[in-house]
Amino acid sequence: MDTEKRTQHLTERLTYIKDVFGDKQQENIRLLETKLEEFVQRENTLSVDDTYAALTTLEDLFGFVERNLENELTAMDKVRIVRHSQRICLRDILENVYDNYTEIGGKDENSIDPSMLIARAYITRRSGKRVYHQPVMVIGQEKGHGEEFRNGGSVKPWGNAKALHYMRVAETENIPVHTYVFTPGSYPIEDAPGAAQQIAKNLYEMAALSVPVVSVFSEGGSGGAEAIGLADSRLMLSHGYYSVISPEGAAAIEGRVRKGERAGSDLVEKCAHQLKITADDNVRMGYIDHKIQEPPLGARPHHYDFFRMLRQEVIRATDEVVLNVKGFSPFRAMALRRRKGKAIEDLDLENIHVRWSLSRKARARLISKRHAKFNKLSKSAYIDRRPLHRRVSAWFVEKGWDTYSYVKYDLWRSHQKKLMYAVEEVDAEARVLMDKVKGPWKKITKAIPASTTKADKEKELTMLSQWDEEDQGKGQWSYISPRAKDDRAVTCPNAETHGCQDLWAPDLFGEFAGVCNYCGHHFPMEYQWYMHNIFDPGSIFEFNSEVESANPLGFEGFDLKLEQAKNKTGLKSSCTTFEARINNVKVVVATLIAPFRGGTVGAAEGEKFIQAAERAKKKRFPFISYVHGTAGIRIQEGVNGVIQMPRCTMAVRRYIDAGGLYLVLYDTNSYAGPLASFLGCSPYQFAIRSSNIGFAGPGVIKETTGMDIPPDYHRAQKALSRGHIQGIWDRRDSRHNLSQALMTMGGRNLYYR
Amino acid sequence: MLDISKLLEEIKASPYEELVIKAPHTGVVTFSGIKEGDRVIGATGTWGEIPGTALATLQRERNDKIIRATEKGIVEKIHTELEGQFVEAGTELVRLRHFLSKQEVLNIILKKALYLFEAPERAKYYFVPEVDSKIKTSGSQSVTVHDGMELFIMSRMKREAPLNYSGPDGVIYSIYFQHNENIDAGAPLIGVCPPDQLALIEDVVVRVQTEWTEQE
Repeated sequence: MDTEKRTQHLTERLTYIKDVFGDKQQENIRLLETKLEEFVQRENTLSVDDTYAALTTLEDLFGFVERNLENELTAMDKVRIVRHSQRICLRDILENVYDNYTEIGGKDENSIDPSMLIARAYITRRSGKRVYHQPVMVIGQEKGHGEEFRNGGSVKPWGNAKALHYMRVAETENIPVHTYVFTPGSYPIEDAPGAAQQIAKNLYEMAALSVPVVSVFSEGGSGGAEAIGLADSRLMLSHGYYSVISPEGAAAIEGRVRKGERAGSDLVEKCAHQLKITADDNVRMGYIDHKIQEPPLGARPHHYDFFRMLRQEVIRATDEVVLNVKGFSPFRAMALRRRKGKAIEDLDLENIHVRWSLSRKARARLISKRHAKFNKLSKSAYIDRRPLHRRVSAWFVEKGWDTYSYVKYDLWRSHQKKLMYAVEEVDAEARVLMDKVKGPWKKITKAIPASTTKADKEKELTMLSQWDEEDQGKGQWSYISPRAKDDRAVTCPNAETHGCQDLWAPDLFGEFAGVCNYCGHHFPMEYQWYMHNIFDPGSIFEFNSEVESANPLGFEGFDLKLEQAKNKTGLKSSCTTFEARINNVKVVVATLIAPFRGGTVGAAEGEKFIQAAERAKKKRFPFISYVHGTAGIRIQEGVNGVIQMPRCTMAVRRYIDAGGLYLVLYDTNSYAGPLASFLGCSPYQFAIRSSNIGFAGPGVIKETTGMDIPPDYHRAQKALSRGHIQGIWDRRDSRHNLSQALMTMGGRNLYYR
Repeated sequence: MLDISKLLEEIKASPYEELVIKAPHTGVVTFSGIKEGDRVIGATGTWGEIPGTALATLQRERNDKIIRATEKGIVEKIHTELEGQFVEAGTELVRLRHFLSKQEVLNIILKKALYLFEAPERAKYYFVPEVDSKIKTSGSQSVTVHDGMELFIMSRMKREAPLNYSGPDGVIYSIYFQHNENIDAGAPLIGVCPPDQLALIEDVVVRVQTEWTEQE
């Protein structure tokens, strides 16, 4: 390398250090700066040999300082590293990790979404004298070293749809998928297919994608990361971050920053630390399987050794996943095992051959292993106050249900079904035969006029039909909102445009069920209203009420807030799960309740939701998710919260695949993570007219995209026209509609019909 | 005949509109701390989603209703004597003075001077070929229209129907639609004025454009 290039390279390294540390580490930065300047000034006076020697010394000094600074990196420094334009990006990885690749669907800005990059690539390995090209589908966000059209790796909904499409292609071709997560978060627009709804679809499909998926996290920003991050093996670069929200976002919420203002850098730094976003934190909590060590201060495109190691790591991870589900491979599995004191470089992975395509049985094992893996996560992030004997008995009851459900539905029902079908067939045949035999007799009887039938006919044709008041309830509700006790008038927000007159609160919140009787505007109602007015009176049986929200990250001040929420609502988490009946149809319901911390989802809520889905599966009941309101994933729980997105979606997938009916009913405001996973993946989503449904609120959209959005952007009507939901219901009809939905839709396991 | 110069002089003499904010219904009034001479604004934002300045609160049956300014202007009169009083519907609470902008002045003048022919339904509109070629060669003001004249072709979802002009005779002063663009029902298509007023209108428009100083 000639002198100029080397100097240039050092200058770049210096700028990088400056960018990462900002105002901190001034001494070290000044030292490097002065040394570099000195060298540049002296350069012309030196002989060639001396220049080389001086440069080498200077490079050593840079290396030394970088190694020292490495030990002082804070979480926020790592965030800056990950976002730096010198950070490695997916194109570098494709160039250096894979032996050959073809980019699919897009060149630079001419792509449906330049921030999502897809490539078919292969890795070449030898076994003995034979050479194997092992194809993989590489999917990941591309930040493109700061190219503007890449949106910094913020993928639009159609980019995620493209990713899903090629995952399916990989499934057809039976080749593994390698995903690289380089995203600060998804691009929050609602245009079809919709940010949240598309991520939900991705998660739902990935939950049962029957090829090995290995993901590598560099920048794992919440929902955007999950869209391609549900994997059998999750690796993470040592300087990456994986978080529920950007530290700035968390600081804005924590510091209650007003619109247009920014949180102070101290608070951002503190939030980054508290959210436990680094690779070490995530490995410790179990959300990441393995950390890949980067060079000091993070990998940049010139770190060729790092790419070699990354290659070894992804090969090993894919091999491990494959060998885990393949029949017999004890020696190769042993060779791959991680041992203390054995670096990845010592492994000769290039010479171990593992075929990456899977047989049908192995694919099934792969999926069930993936489900088991995610099911185990975040178990210690919530409080379960049940005493030991209750837990033991609960375990026995559960096993009892497993057996009962197996005997009743899998063994007995399948035989019963065969018998029933046979009886049906015989019955139908017999009917046709009887009609033929009875034919002549019927002709004779028809000829004799019957007086009674004629009178009935006349009555039927001349009388008015009766108004069926049974379903209407005559404005008598089982639960009346406490706001109905207020003697005051309320103005409908549509009064100016629709000319609504003021409504008297006892009428509005009592008889009218919170619906303006001039324009039909729905005022939000309490969750109790639905619990008591939708389900049959007295039919609610709550379970798992002991599972409590906790503060797994020890987030400062959050214990107190949680305690306040518990005291205020009398609930232990924002999710309540119960069994109930609607017109005598038994259902399992999971609710998200807005007054408890905004209906946010953390580890406790996720666990309760999963158990409810499991219960519905075992008992063969329809599963209803009633969302009174949710603001998203609970940021104070960090990744413990985000991981509920894949976990709950997988539970839903298991339930639907087992033949269940999963219905979602939105009520007030439903946003972000839950919508982008276990709610959005339902094929049947309905909304009460009071709902707002979306991925990010107006503030966040303005902040990230710079777009102003119309005030009705998230209304249920808009969501319906975008195809995010399947219908809008009037609140007063919700019981009737839900009952009707249960009667007209149904998985193959539902027997109430 | 309409005297446009006189109309303009009239507007110039009082270049503002008085907006009287009245109580929409009965209730107890509380003024929101604005003073006479304060500037207020109406609803703003792309969709008018940012509410205008609060002027007063009207309470009825423990229901507070905020009364807001509907236009930009200056508070001319506040009926402070009503503070805390129960008022009837229609009672004047605040009077605003809204200064007319250039566009508003032009609108007033053109509204009086022109006859606007409106689109009967949402569709694309074209002039009939003879008129169209005439407009293209020598401008719209060369076309004289009379009642019952076949003037437009209305095109919607591949159906085309002729549309006759109805209204006073005159020349086409201005065209408000573009071809290939859907026009909503009720939106004006053309403005027609008597031929002898044409020069006068043009003169006034130029005068307004150059002379009118917008007051904040």
